[in-house]
Amino acid sequence: MRDLRAWLLPVVLLLVWEIAGRVMATDSFAPPSAAAFSGVDAVVSGELPIATLQTLAAAVGGFLVGAGLAVPAGALLGLLPRLDLALDAPIEMLRPLPSVALIPLSLMVFGFGLRMEVAIVAFATFWPMLVLTRSAVAGVDRMLLDVGRALEMGLAMRIVKLVLPAALPRIVVALRLCLGVALVVAVTVEIAANPQGLGYGLVIAQQSLKPALMLAHVVWIGVVGFLLNAALLSAERWIRRRRGDIAVMS
Amino acid sequence: MKTGFWTRLLVAPLSLAALVAFWHVVATSGFVPRAFLASPEAAWNALVRGFTRGDLRDQTLSTLWRMAAGWLLASLGGIVIGAFIGLSKRARAYVAPTLELMRPLPASAVVPVAIALVGLTPGMALAVVVFGSVWPALLATVHGFRNIEPRLAEVARCLEFPRLQFALKIGLPNALPDILSGMRLSLTVALVVTIVAEILSGQPGLGTAILQAGRSFRAPDLYAGLILLSLIGFCGNALLVVAERRLLRWRSIN
Repeated sequence: MRDLRAWLLPVVLLLVWEIAGRVMATDSFAPPSAAAFSGVDAVVSGELPIATLQTLAAAVGGFLVGAGLAVPAGALLGLLPRLDLALDAPIEMLRPLPSVALIPLSLMVFGFGLRMEVAIVAFATFWPMLVLTRSAVAGVDRMLLDVGRALEMGLAMRIVKLVLPAALPRIVVALRLCLGVALVVAVTVEIAANPQGLGYGLVIAQQSLKPALMLAHVVWIGVVGFLLNAALLSAERWIRRRRGDIAVMS
Repeated sequence: MKTGFWTRLLVAPLSLAALVAFWHVVATSGFVPRAFLASPEAAWNALVRGFTRGDLRDQTLSTLWRMAAGWLLASLGGIVIGAFIGLSKRARAYVAPTLELMRPLPASAVVPVAIALVGLTPGMALAVVVFGSVWPALLATVHGFRNIEPRLAEVARCLEFPRLQFALKIGLPNALPDILSGMRLSLTVALVVTIVAEILSGQPGLGTAILQAGRSFRAPDLYAGLILLSLIGFCGNALLVVAERRLLRWRSIN
């Protein structure tokens, strides 16, 4: 950052927090310096890295399941307007159900652990991915589909060879957004119920009156989200550049 | 938009009926254990029972109230602060990067911190909903106020608009589409945070109700709660879409 003004607010906030934390350090509040030390301890002890891996595994696993089901389904809906019409109302009824509302159900079916979290993340990523893929596929140039028909390609062939490549840029954007959602939902499920990962570490730190560790978790969760988004953005740019190269070459 | 409105209106109830029928068949086939999947009739009976007894109604109302109040406060705060940040280049230089840093933090991560600081009070639950759902409205408002057509800004300068008038007469209409879509996103987040806050704090509401129903394997009550939450999400979103269309009608004229 070249603009120094951007740093003023965070620095002031940190200073105020530090002073306030030192003046009234209690069982529930700690200064950022203590949070930083406690965060470093948690990294060294392996607690934070393991929790991060657990959260990422659940987020990525759920995302793969959800997106893996949603992309083909969304492509079908985008290609077949009649099917889309028939399924529109049920989709619009199921979609607004907040994914966290499924925590009790998933807990009942799967018990604690990776599977219940993956199930909820998959549900949460399925709907946005379905809707975004559907509109990406519906937005594909009709000419391409005519070409497919002229070449007498089957539906699966048309989807794989023509539609998905044409809709790919928008699908990639959707994948990035949904992976962000997946991380948020995974952390939320851990906070609300599932005893593993970063969210659980956060809740346990709060319940065992370790405010420094709790704040370290909050900051680290934010950092993981930030890094994930940054990584996905650069992956998206990379894919776009590669696609550009291929288009130029062929 | 290709298929007509009436076709959609005709197909929607049919396909919803098909969904319920499918649910009924799966639930009664014994393919899925009854403890996990209640039949639609059982869920409906649980709904009716809960509403005649009154407990489900009270829980629904308290969840609705928490969500709506938190969302309104968050929208109001988000619009006022967002307008200030969006209009002032100086404020943007100081504040915007910090906002970008805080954006990836899941709203639910604030709940444990708030419990530690404030304790398990109803006020805490509301404050968490406000804090969690303020971001979409705030960031959308900043975006809307920031991208004002330069020519309009010049007109305002020629007319010597005071700042407040500029914000209300040019800034606000210009930012309205962004604000409304931000508010719609905020409402979704508000419902999610409401449920999480209820589950964690045990405040009465649908979140607590479905958690208890799940823990004691009362599948019909659990599905009744899920139906209500789905309806709340659907209706809230539908209302805002209608409001959006009405408030933005002037834009489609030109």
